[in-house]
Amino acid sequence: MSMELRKPIMFVGMALLLVMVGVFQSWSLALTIVNLCIISAIMAMGVNMQWGYAGLFNAGVMGFAALGGLAAIVIGMPPVQETWQAGGGGILATVAVVAVTVGAVLLLRRRFKGNKPVRTFGIAAIIIVGYFVARAFFMPAVDAIESIEPAKTGYLGGLGLPILLSWIVGGVMAACAAWIVGKVALGLRSDYLAIATLGISEIIIAILKNEEWLTRGVKNVNGLPRPTPYEVDLQQEPWVLDLVEKYGLSAIELSSIIVKVCYAGLFLAVLLILLFLAERALHSPWGRMMRAIRDNETAANAMGKDVTGRHLEVFILGSAVIGIAGAMLVTLDGQFTPTSYQPLRFTFLIWVMVIVGGAGNNFGAIMGGFVVWFTWIQAEPVGAWFLDTTTAFLAADDPLRLHLIEGAAYMRPITMGVVLLLVLRFAPKGLIPEQTWHR
Amino acid sequence: MEDILNAFVLLSNFVLIPALAYGSQLALGALGVTLVYGILRFSNFAHGEIMSFGAMSAILVMWGFQASGVSIAPLPTVLLALPFGILATIAMLLIVDRSVFRYYRKKRAAPVILLIASAGVMFFLNGLVRFIIGPDDQRVVDGERFIIRVREFKQMTGLDQGLALKTSQGISVLAAIVCVGLLFWFLNHTRSGKSMRAYSDNEDLALLSGVNPDRVVLYAWILAGSLAAIAGTLYGLDKSYKPFTFLQLLLPIFAAAIVGGIGSPIGATVGGFVIAFSEVTVTYAYKRFLAYMVPDSWAPEGLAQLLSTDYKFAVSFMILVIVLIVRPTGIFSGKTL
Repeated sequence: MSMELRKPIMFVGMALLLVMVGVFQSWSLALTIVNLCIISAIMAMGVNMQWGYAGLFNAGVMGFAALGGLAAIVIGMPPVQETWQAGGGGILATVAVVAVTVGAVLLLRRRFKGNKPVRTFGIAAIIIVGYFVARAFFMPAVDAIESIEPAKTGYLGGLGLPILLSWIVGGVMAACAAWIVGKVALGLRSDYLAIATLGISEIIIAILKNEEWLTRGVKNVNGLPRPTPYEVDLQQEPWVLDLVEKYGLSAIELSSIIVKVCYAGLFLAVLLILLFLAERALHSPWGRMMRAIRDNETAANAMGKDVTGRHLEVFILGSAVIGIAGAMLVTLDGQFTPTSYQPLRFTFLIWVMVIVGGAGNNFGAIMGGFVVWFTWIQAEPVGAWFLDTTTAFLAADDPLRLHLIEGAAYMRPITMGVVLLLVLRFAPKGLIPEQTWHR
Repeated sequence: MEDILNAFVLLSNFVLIPALAYGSQLALGALGVTLVYGILRFSNFAHGEIMSFGAMSAILVMWGFQASGVSIAPLPTVLLALPFGILATIAMLLIVDRSVFRYYRKKRAAPVILLIASAGVMFFLNGLVRFIIGPDDQRVVDGERFIIRVREFKQMTGLDQGLALKTSQGISVLAAIVCVGLLFWFLNHTRSGKSMRAYSDNEDLALLSGVNPDRVVLYAWILAGSLAAIAGTLYGLDKSYKPFTFLQLLLPIFAAAIVGGIGSPIGATVGGFVIAFSEVTVTYAYKRFLAYMVPDSWAPEGLAQLLSTDYKFAVSFMILVIVLIVRPTGIFSGKTL
């Protein structure tokens, strides 16, 4: 089948699948799946920039997505006045001390380039002093903040800005984290980036779980403001009531569908903008250089291309896209739950999407996001049904049968592992392979 | 004088002994990673789940022994089951190698493709382990729990501070010494071990000298599987077996292997202890220790803890970052860039 035909056929097929969910299960469920499919597709696009364009293995997708989620709180939630008065000054002072420490270290590095012992001990001394000074401001401030109505607030809140802004800020925050990791691990052997990103993502999650003054930790932040109307308000609107009468749906169901359609529209807009930019970048001289570096680093280096610099660029860009998707996900959920960030779901599942979809091709990454998320959602009911029918010959209370049915939830990672291995082996180019002709 | 002794006992009880036991477990894990890296030339992301699989197999056999009343008290029954766990892990790894890794090896695929394949294996094993044994906590310890009890130690020495040495900790350290000893003997003094080292150093030269690559790879998986099963079981014995912890152990294990110099067995051993000791010393609250060591008026008000235990991953990460910046080849100069 020619490439030109394959792409539209696949997208139409996917759309048909989603319509079937709407018809046979429910439209509300179909829209929920669509929304998460779009977010997954954006994350997969981010990973695809890193892996598909440049061959960088990022094992910390989860951390960058979680940073985006943090942005949703910091931007969207209203500030909590009491906690700002109690500990805001201390936190700002801590930030200032950390900034001064980092500045001093950088200055020292520059000034004492030749003098290694002075540089090493000087940096160590500055960091130790900075740590204790920062701690002296930080600890009392945190205690003060966390003691104010811990059941309701106990954190600083956010800036109270429109939550849509957090999608951009989430991207910027993820980009900053990526810059740090990239500076350390890029330019070394490829495995080191994988391990460094794995590490930073675990640390980001640990911070989000434990720094209650910032994120309320495991107590979660609920009720984030929405960029879309609320169901309750919609149910009062005359035009909605008209539709209710016309189609005989319940007002509750219709309003929830309208809200989901609004989200889907917003997400689709982001997806299309990012897709446009990513396609333009891929087909520009920059994109060709990227692929040249990926396919033969030594040759590209000999041609005078700054391999590490370009890698850093694309790594930051990809992480920013993941951060945007992370902020969108938290906006959709309306709550921030640090415990929900699991590496299998947020890192390796996204990888499966990119590999299955077709590394190096933006449409492939999007396709992979849709297909894999759909499979991930449907694997559990299908797995449960499969186990139920295959063990039907056993008695209903047979311990083996009960154990198998209980384990149906774990059919998901098993299926995904098998899918990843099969695609990698038998169709390494994925559903929509990379296009290599020149334009 | 007694204060200093008390302080020393306190530090041994809460820092030295736990770090030694944890370091032994990490060293065994890192040795497996480093061996696979040296011979098969990729970072095996599935290693944590392989450890989990090994521990699970041992636990399943242990339940069988417990049910039929076989025991080696005062030692924990799981030790008797461990050889079966090791065999199961090796068998599983050989099947995985035959069905997944061999293809890419023959094709001479880039290391990062093998890395992704290992992530697929990780996914699969992660689900499989939970499918078989469930996601819950499993108690592994039975038999005599302590070698030295706090109360006995206090009576024996007359100090205020007690010292406890858990059986699991003693076994961990002992097992690490035996395994590392055996491994180095194998690598340095047997023909097969030497061929492994030759293959790791220079593949082409080793092949020219008549080293059979399939055999070397087979040995590597057997060794990595045994070490992983032992490390996983010991970790489970020491802390209790939870399937989800093994994914988190991946970071300290890789940090240990890289800090020591990836591909270098001695480096992995040392790296394991470096990571374990840094993790425990940085997250320990020194309040009581300082109370013994300094005059009363100087005693700290807070816990005197550098970093909360929730951030113990950050310690391995920081060490990893420092090593990558200062000396990317690791302490013992493993494989270069």
